Amino acid sequence: MKQGLTIAWLLFLASVPLWLNNLYVLHVLIMAGIFIIAAMSLNLLLGYTGQLSLGHVAFFGIGAYASSLASLGFAVHLLPDWQVSVDPKPVWFSMLCGTLIAGLCGWAIGRLSFKVRGAYFVIVTVSFAEVIRLVALNWVELTQGPMALNNIPYLRLGIPGLFELSFLRKPANYYLVLAVGVICYVVIRRLVHSRAGRAMIALRENEPLAASVGVDVTRYLVLATIVSAGMAGAAGALYAHYVRIVDPDVFLFIYTVTMVIMVVTGGKGTLAGPIVGGAIFGLLPETLRALEAPPEVQWVTYGVLMVLVVYFLPDGIVPALRNWWHGRSAVAAAPAPEQASTEAAR
Amino acid sequence: MRGKIPNMDQLLQHILNALILGGTYALLGIGLTLIFGIMRVVNFAHGELYAFGAYMMYLWVMVLGANFYLALPLAVLLGVMLGAAMELVLLRRLRGADIDTTMLVMIGAWITLQNVEQMTWSGVAKSINTPFPSSPLVLGSVSLSWNRLFVFVVALALIGATYAVINRTKLGKAMRATFQDRDTAALMGVDINWIHTATFALGSGLAAAAGALLGPVFVVVPTMGDLASLKAFAIVILGGLGSIPGATIGGFILAFMEELGAGYVSSGYRDAMGFLLIIVILLVKPTGLFAQKERIG
Repeated sequence: MKQGLTIAWLLFLASVPLWLNNLYVLHVLIMAGIFIIAAMSLNLLLGYTGQLSLGHVAFFGIGAYASSLASLGFAVHLLPDWQVSVDPKPVWFSMLCGTLIAGLCGWAIGRLSFKVRGAYFVIVTVSFAEVIRLVALNWVELTQGPMALNNIPYLRLGIPGLFELSFLRKPANYYLVLAVGVICYVVIRRLVHSRAGRAMIALRENEPLAASVGVDVTRYLVLATIVSAGMAGAAGALYAHYVRIVDPDVFLFIYTVTMVIMVVTGGKGTLAGPIVGGAIFGLLPETLRALEAPPEVQWVTYGVLMVLVVYFLPDGIVPALRNWWHGRSAVAAAPAPEQASTEAAR
Repeated sequence: MRGKIPNMDQLLQHILNALILGGTYALLGIGLTLIFGIMRVVNFAHGELYAFGAYMMYLWVMVLGANFYLALPLAVLLGVMLGAAMELVLLRRLRGADIDTTMLVMIGAWITLQNVEQMTWSGVAKSINTPFPSSPLVLGSVSLSWNRLFVFVVALALIGATYAVINRTKLGKAMRATFQDRDTAALMGVDINWIHTATFALGSGLAAAAGALLGPVFVVVPTMGDLASLKAFAIVILGGLGSIPGATIGGFILAFMEELGAGYVSSGYRDAMGFLLIIVILLVKPTGLFAQKERIG
């Protein structure tokens, strides 16, 4: 029955471009989808290993920049008389590069920053994202700085001479984002239900205890970071080749905050949480725009909602709904797992 | 890259600029470190209090036409009141919650405050007139604007006053006791709620003072708080979370690094210095330079 529901949902999502004629709404859905992928990747770190990374947008931006640069080609002087140049690569290969480079950065950052925890970890990740943003802004030879990377090619797939799929138009991009989203969902689902996933959850619940029974702490945290960073990079690559312009503003801290709000509101540590949260916060700005509210109202709403969610729905929407459902069907409602974890953390 | 012999005058000028900037950085850092040390709250809204101070200065001086020297304490007082209100409304009910929870609430407060500022004042940069002469004070080969000198003197006075409050008053004693052991302090009759409100108000007031002082030096924009928050974190981590002398010295170290980095490496990476500093410090000596004994793992 649960599987049937999933298939029904997928069929519904796949049918959207067939009956939806409004291209603007489709654009909104595509952007929401990209953010949902990013939020799902953050959820792996925040929800399953319990590490609040506030530098997540860095991986998104690295994926976007790496993929764009590989597809556009570039030439930089690493030393005054030593030039490195890369010829334009096909877009599918560039997107793969973006994903891998973001994952590699995840490995490096994970190795470095998991020496510290809590507030220190948060601040290291924020600093990392900010340094990357300043590099993107100032390394003009590579990134064009504030002039932005323009005319990024769109994705084309196919066999030369036989057939070609071009991802220029919105419906095609919608299916692309949907497909990547489903892949990411399946990967995360398999990962968190595996041995490695159980190790991550054990680390979230009680790190010293998990370490004492032989869980290799750094190894699993770094593994989660690599997967998470790679997915965020893939989302960034999708963004770059869909919007086809990338500037240093993709590294703005506000986007990390958006992802965190999505995960926390939807329910961290649940598979559906980031999707629910992402759908709400992906569509909310457009609803507010339809009401002709100035853009600041959107951010004020985000801020206020974030505070309200922490107060009234500390576990997020999905666990709250699940508890309500179980409370109706079973007499004794089970306590939410997150509650146990916050108590254990103190 | 500016010739083989370092230009002494230039170096002196950089050192002087760094000293002046360091005073306000120290103010920001002390405010943040107090709040973290006593309340265990990572205050992401700290930079917004800084921006609030600058905007209140703008309101009094440029909109209402008040006297500059009168506007300064008024702006700080409003910062103190906003801080107290935030503690009472947002943080009071979260006492004892884990650090991530309060952090999320403070991030929410930050976004809200910043965008309310943007709605109220628009995104256009504002400048504030000062009563100081526009010709700089020339000392031998270096020069210094009167405004910056004033900023430096007031900042030092405020740092001194904060030390006096912490070390000489009964409130300061209660704060230090709470910092060392909250439960024991409560058992000794310290009103923890009051200490938390006072701490947050004091820290916020210091941030607002830094903003009110630097607002007339630079320009006032709604996003000015972002970098201020992040720099304050750099300062506090450099000095060790919760250490007031650490934050004071950290403020000056960061100012020197930025000033010399901008002068001799690249001005584009001026703001990156703080973050590089954070990353290096946390990887080499995570407890900061002036370590308090604390677990960080």
